[in-house]
Amino acid sequence: MDKVQFLLLIAVALFALGLLGVIVRRNLLVMLMCMELMLNGVNLSLVTFAQQTGTAAGAVLVFLIFVVAAAEIAIAIPIVLVLVRRKRTLEADAFADLKG
Amino acid sequence: MAHLLTLIVVLPLIGAVLNGALATRLRDAPFGRTFVTVVGCGLPILSFLLVVRGFMELLATDGTPLIETAYTWARIGGRTFDVSFYFDRLSAVMALIVTGVGSVIHIYSIGYMHDDKSYARFFAYLNLFLFFMLSLVLGRSLLVLFVGWEGVGLASYLLIGFWFDDPANAAAGKKAFITNRIGDAGFLLGMFLLYWAFGTLDMDKINAAFTSGAAPVISASLAGVLLFIGASGKSAQIPLHVWLPDAMAGPTPVSALIHAATMVTAGVYLVARMSGLYSQAPEASAVVAVIGAATAFFAATIAVTQTDIKKVLAYSTVSQLGFMFVALGVGAYGVGIFHVYTHAFFKACLFLGAGSVIHALGGEQDIRKMGGLARKIPVTFWTFAIATAAIAGIPPLAGFWSKDEILWNAFASSAGGSPVLWAVMAATALMTAFYMFRLLWLVFLTPSRMEPKVAHHVHESPLSMTGVLMILAALSAVGGFVALPHFLEPLLPMAKTPEALHHYETPLLILSVAIALAGLAGAWFVYGSGTERSARLATRFASLHRTLTNKYFVDEAYDRFIGRPLVWLSDRVFLNLGDRVLLDGSLNGLARLARRTAGVFSRVETGNLHRYAFFVLVGSIAMLAWSLRHG
Repeated sequence: MDKVQFLLLIAVALFALGLLGVIVRRNLLVMLMCMELMLNGVNLSLVTFAQQTGTAAGAVLVFLIFVVAAAEIAIAIPIVLVLVRRKRTLEADAFADLKG
Repeated sequence: MAHLLTLIVVLPLIGAVLNGALATRLRDAPFGRTFVTVVGCGLPILSFLLVVRGFMELLATDGTPLIETAYTWARIGGRTFDVSFYFDRLSAVMALIVTGVGSVIHIYSIGYMHDDKSYARFFAYLNLFLFFMLSLVLGRSLLVLFVGWEGVGLASYLLIGFWFDDPANAAAGKKAFITNRIGDAGFLLGMFLLYWAFGTLDMDKINAAFTSGAAPVISASLAGVLLFIGASGKSAQIPLHVWLPDAMAGPTPVSALIHAATMVTAGVYLVARMSGLYSQAPEASAVVAVIGAATAFFAATIAVTQTDIKKVLAYSTVSQLGFMFVALGVGAYGVGIFHVYTHAFFKACLFLGAGSVIHALGGEQDIRKMGGLARKIPVTFWTFAIATAAIAGIPPLAGFWSKDEILWNAFASSAGGSPVLWAVMAATALMTAFYMFRLLWLVFLTPSRMEPKVAHHVHESPLSMTGVLMILAALSAVGGFVALPHFLEPLLPMAKTPEALHHYETPLLILSVAIALAGLAGAWFVYGSGTERSARLATRFASLHRTLTNKYFVDEAYDRFIGRPLVWLSDRVFLNLGDRVLLDGSLNGLARLARRTAGVFSRVETGNLHRYAFFVLVGSIAMLAWSLRHG
């Protein structure tokens, strides 16, 4: 198993762990963290491919994802705060009544 | 004088615009009514004077027509469509009739419409009518004629429904308009055909092409029949005659001007104007003659039993128009126009006389409730009597000359005249004399059958009305001495009559006088002593009488065989099946389908974030699997 395969494996593992966490965990904050985990799995695969092909595009995309992720968290955390203040719980199921 | 013809046409339009735009403001203004009168009557009279001037110019030359292009309406490719006017002897005669009779009827309306609240609107419509009628008569190309043709239809519609508060009047207006549309479809097709063949719509050029034999590419008869369909709509010939009697719902001056003297003769004018075409179209001419004769005969039989004074005159108009078409159909175009000219005088006089009677009786139109008016409204009586004698064909009044010419041509013309045609027309002439004198006796001479309340108020009309009656009666008396067919001969050649028949001319002349007198005697015999004899006749021939009073049930037949099937088709097929079931149904069905499917899928949306994430997972795996298999 060479280095590229290993790194891709880790990337897939990170993504899968994150997805699993989003699906099974009830806590909103944990779900957010799991989403970051998925993003980083993707980042890792991008960097790996960029290294393998020797191009810069993948690496540039990673920085873009960093920015988007930061912005996303900056909005998501206040939303979670507002929600928690209203219902005094972090359970995602408690907010099922928000559906359209 | 520059722009003479344009001025003639446009002057009434100015009147219509002025009175129409200011109508509501003028109603309460101190001199509003005077202004309306001066504008409404002044401009037509001015127009008449200009026509006279143009007529003088025309007489001074050797017959070259005045042609004037007002402006170029459209230029398409290399072809131009001009609004141009054409003033030759034929259009001069027509323009004189239209503006002359039109002007006196405007003057008559001052008295007749005096108490109407829509005085200005009435004059605006009348002037609008004159504008369109003059562009019809003076237009050089069929296109300008057609614009005028439609315009007079519009003016007629507006004036029939002038008192539109009564739904019956509005319905009569609609009937006239719609019936005319049917004819206009034929007219348009004829125009298209001629334009396709010649690349021009100028009538003088089309006529020249036909008479010089340079136009063998299309069937003259087809074009002739199509144009005649239009003419039969406008001139109320079978089978499109049904609108004219109903058109009597309008004010009486309108009936006199539009539905007797001028507009309804537009069809006659059209055929005479296209005489070059019709002279090359024996089949179309035969159609014209047969339709004309049938219309003349049947309308006359209906007129015998009508009891509304204006309806009698309306059917009489239809019948006289039939006479004109017979003349056109046997190639005597000048004679047809001659009858248009004499008919304009005596029929206008009769209608205005009837208006004077109605005015005197406070709106009563039923001749069964009249009688004995001769003493009470003598001027109306004498003018009405002169016009009656004129239409009946008593010599030497105007109607005698033109009707006798028609009868002679129907008998002798080598272009379709026959003894049978003569016999039909002679029988019609007999009935004409009979029903007109019947009217005269029932209205003026028999003992009074008026209700006392009405009889008390009977009064002679003001001078503006009786003066006009006297002018028209004088013209009905002496108008026949103008040898109009001879005057028009350079344009409209006389019908050829075989030499062998010429010794019949004097006996037929005497016979037509005898026919007129027989009609007079018959009416005197039946109605001279009151209404008992006619009542007995009506009971003896009850079924015939019922058929005639109901106008051969033509309206009912049209309703049953055309009107109701159309309504059924529109309601069942087009509305219920086509619109409601097919169109609405398919759209509503699609919408319902979308809503139901959405209802099923919306159950998936629970609000549970984990389940959403799980769907994302399933979807991603499915996509991956798919891309692995197909990648």
